[in-house]
Amino acid sequence: MMDRTGQTPLVEMRDICISFGGIHAVDHVSVDLYPGEVVGLLGHNGAGKSTLIKILSGAYKMDSGEIYIRGERAHIGSPRDARKHNIETIYQTLALADNLDAAGNLFLGREIVNKLGFVDDAKMEAETRKIMHRLNPNFKKLKDPVSALSGGQRQSVAIARAVYFDAKILIMDEPTAALGPQETAMVAELIDELKRQGLGIFLIDHDVHQVKALCDRASVMKNGKLVGTVDVDDVTTDDILAMIIAGKQPHKESA
Amino acid sequence: MTNEATKTGERPETIRTEGGIKGFLAATEIDTRLLGMLGALALIWIGFHLYGVIVYDFGAFLTPRNLWNLSVQTSSIGIMACGMVLVIITRHIDLSVGSILGFTAIIMGVVQVDILPHWLGLGHPLIWIIAVLCGIALGALIGGFQGALIAYGQIPAFIVTLGGLLVWRGAAFLVARGETISPVDATFTLLGGGPYGSVGALGSWIVAGLACAGVVGLLLRGRSQRKKFHTPLRPAWAELFLGALGCGAVIGATLLVNAYPWPRGILRRYAEAEGITLPEGGLFISHGYAIPVLILLAVALVMTVVMTRTRFGRYVYAIGGNPEAAALAGINNRLMTVKIFAIMGGLAGLSAVVASARLNSATNSLGTLDELYVIAAAVIGGTSLAGGVGTIYGAILGALVMQSLQTGMVLIGFDAAVQQLVVGSVLVLAVYLDILYRGRAK
Repeated sequence: MMDRTGQTPLVEMRDICISFGGIHAVDHVSVDLYPGEVVGLLGHNGAGKSTLIKILSGAYKMDSGEIYIRGERAHIGSPRDARKHNIETIYQTLALADNLDAAGNLFLGREIVNKLGFVDDAKMEAETRKIMHRLNPNFKKLKDPVSALSGGQRQSVAIARAVYFDAKILIMDEPTAALGPQETAMVAELIDELKRQGLGIFLIDHDVHQVKALCDRASVMKNGKLVGTVDVDDVTTDDILAMIIAGKQPHKESA
Repeated sequence: MTNEATKTGERPETIRTEGGIKGFLAATEIDTRLLGMLGALALIWIGFHLYGVIVYDFGAFLTPRNLWNLSVQTSSIGIMACGMVLVIITRHIDLSVGSILGFTAIIMGVVQVDILPHWLGLGHPLIWIIAVLCGIALGALIGGFQGALIAYGQIPAFIVTLGGLLVWRGAAFLVARGETISPVDATFTLLGGGPYGSVGALGSWIVAGLACAGVVGLLLRGRSQRKKFHTPLRPAWAELFLGALGCGAVIGATLLVNAYPWPRGILRRYAEAEGITLPEGGLFISHGYAIPVLILLAVALVMTVVMTRTRFGRYVYAIGGNPEAAALAGINNRLMTVKIFAIMGGLAGLSAVVASARLNSATNSLGTLDELYVIAAAVIGGTSLAGGVGTIYGAILGALVMQSLQTGMVLIGFDAAVQQLVVGSVLVLAVYLDILYRGRAK
């Protein structure tokens, strides 16, 4: 377990609430994330993990609660605000515009423009080629719309978008759901590398084994509430499963 | 593979090509869709001409006079089609453009006939400028208002603009009390074309020179950009071919419009007014490009730059491809919708300038059914109603196809009912062919 005494969390979400039509999708949930750490978010479908994460990425506005980035109160009202705080998100749906090519998607909303304010396609294509070469050397289809790409290639475009813009806080919503074993291993490798670079990563995943392997801590949600946050090395997969299914806190061995 | 990243300083590679037509298309990077549309257009033109040759012993279609008229008749629909492309790409529709055209035409008529002459004096040189600006601004305002209802009121575009179709037509009638407003300002009339509303032989060659310089400049710039970022280059012969093709098309069109002389009646009146005697064999004064055609070309150029070279254009495509992804990328979809409909309205106002100037009057029925032709032009030109796909040049070609069909059928004496049958069927057929093409391309 790493030592976090005296360290300021990269992100602290305190007492977050949001409801849709009377249903408390997220109900007084608090989570935090430290630099160089991967925190897994677990729970059944509809437990509220994606909703919680969409508040951090600016897609939803919370009803109440506070977000602190590096100890300072942050107001995130739109995806643009989140990006300003170096929060990047890889959505489960990937959020790609299928009719645009890889460069168009990578730079969507942050196009490189020349002095006259026109988009510089040649430069964006060159930058895209560079980062894709690093992430996925087999990636060649730079000119095709992303609808023509395979699931893994689309995923690498979405990942490239998050990594390229110097993310400090990365949110990954089931990044390996659509991938084969080889590509999944590649994502795991990437997560390790980004961790070493000091990024903080929120990882939403269904696979408890994967969470055990990739994450430092796991926060489990059920019915919009936080069941608890544990160090993955202190608990067994069964303990985590019990938290997910029964909402049961693991009994602490040290207690 | 040819796509291995080239190292700095190395000579950039060229696109590797196979032989035959496929290799030719790959080297020149010509869009096969575009080729298909040009082929269809050629088929229509030659077909109507041959029909005339065979049945009447005289082919009237492929004459400078007819093609010049065709270019003028295409302008009004073509200008609006440039805006409709944006609307349809973002998965909306605008049924109100014909009525906005009618309403703005009436307002411009009132401004230049009833209001401005009182303040500035009849024939004041500012009258036409103020009238045109009024028309475009009013169109943009109406479009923006409808866009706001769609974006912020969450009312479907189909309903908002269906309402607009009725509202603005009714408003046009109320303002003019059903009367025709004419004659409009003399300078304003020139914007509608006609012998005086054309730029003549010399003017046309100047336009042609600029266009050729533009073609060559674009090719050179493209090449230097590709070199700078090590993107594979087109082979030199393909670049030369594209340059020759572009300049050839420009020069051909210019020769064509210059081959259409002023009619004799106009010549006589012109000679009388200028106090010159006509020589024995008559005088050959070329029409050259009509001003409305130049307006259309300018609109097409600006809109193409907007759609391909600006963030705004990129966002239009992104919203059409995946609205949710666009929003998550920080794009303000609602404000974009307002802007897109405002552009559409502004172009309808500009189109009203051309249409009412051409008639030398404003009537409240001006532009009736235009919305359908504009939508048809955009869709025939390859704009997908599912969103995300469409080009400006396609829409203009679509408008040209529609107008060619209509003109051709008038020339060979089909009556209005048959024209409607044919145009309607062609629309459905064109979209079906497009679906087949896309299915194969995947």
